[in-house]
Amino acid sequence: MAGKSLVVTSGKGGVGKTTTTANIGTGLALLGKKVCLIDADIGLRNLDVVMGLENRIVYDLVDVVEGHCKLRNALIKDKRCENLFLLPAAQTREKDAVSPDQMRELCETLKEDFDYVIVDSPAGIEHGFRNAIAGADDAIVVTTPEVSAVRDADRIIGMLEANDLREPRLIINRIRPDMVRRGDMMDIDDIIEILAIKLLGVVPDDQDVIVATNRGEPVVYDRRTRSGEAYFNIVRRIEGEDVPLLQLEQEGLVERLKRFFNFDGKRRKAE
Amino acid sequence: MFDFFGKLFGRDEGSKKAAKDRLKLVLVHDRASLSPRLMENLKEDLIRVISKYLEIDEEGLEVSFDQEEETMALIANIPIRQVRRNVEVKANS
Repeated sequence: MAGKSLVVTSGKGGVGKTTTTANIGTGLALLGKKVCLIDADIGLRNLDVVMGLENRIVYDLVDVVEGHCKLRNALIKDKRCENLFLLPAAQTREKDAVSPDQMRELCETLKEDFDYVIVDSPAGIEHGFRNAIAGADDAIVVTTPEVSAVRDADRIIGMLEANDLREPRLIINRIRPDMVRRGDMMDIDDIIEILAIKLLGVVPDDQDVIVATNRGEPVVYDRRTRSGEAYFNIVRRIEGEDVPLLQLEQEGLVERLKRFFNFDGKRRKAE
Repeated sequence: MFDFFGKLFGRDEGSKKAAKDRLKLVLVHDRASLSPRLMENLKEDLIRVISKYLEIDEEGLEVSFDQEEETMALIANIPIRQVRRNVEVKANS
């Protein structure tokens, strides 16, 4: 049975598309799936570095599309994880070096051998984005709980729907439970109410993600981290499992004092 | 000290409400302006419904968004030529 292609997109830059692609791809491979990641951000290659595969690039997406090499030779096999491959972006070319039709054909070819083909989309709504979505069966939209990110996500959802990707799913990245509790950050319900698409998952703001990128080891390898566990849950949901959202709320001092002073109507012992 | 107790009893209103309200408004504009067909469809539907009761000047119909601080309204200016005779008014049940 042929595999499935997913595009990870957002509109706004810097919200976590590449990190999400790396972690979802790695997570699915850890579940035993055969996964190929494609960095579609031509000219601004990044997925390789997040995956820790930057010193193994020989050929790239443009080389494949222009026929300079066989697809097999351009795919980089991840050494840590079985069945995980990367097709890197070109670093020195313009985004129009590849066409949407070429991307479609590439994804179709890869789907014959892989369970999942995941395309990391560049930011924006122009050529790079159109290339990235051309070969996709489904779309994942990444946003953060900030006004500009949500606005751009809304625009991107409109464009996905106009291109027959009608049921995109949402990942809310970098949520900060402390700010949500203070009323200084929109929460999951607020964002879903505005964007009105299905929620795939929520990833908390986590310093471990930066550490992971420093090392070139996607955080999903370490499920003791909050973001790692969140990404792994997302991966399980992609595979069809019904996983409840992580309990991101941690009781702060104020909540404990409120309970102690009986403001929730129940008598409890002090912690 | 008082600020602490204010926060303890939840009287401090955070900025997320502002974020949500602004987003909702800006998205009405974004979605309408990105879809010119939306406004055309809206006008056509308005004409169709109002024409059941009133004869209107279709050319003179104007529809726009009006924003005042925190609220937004859809403003329609509908020039009327004549009230129609023999309109069947549905009884409200």
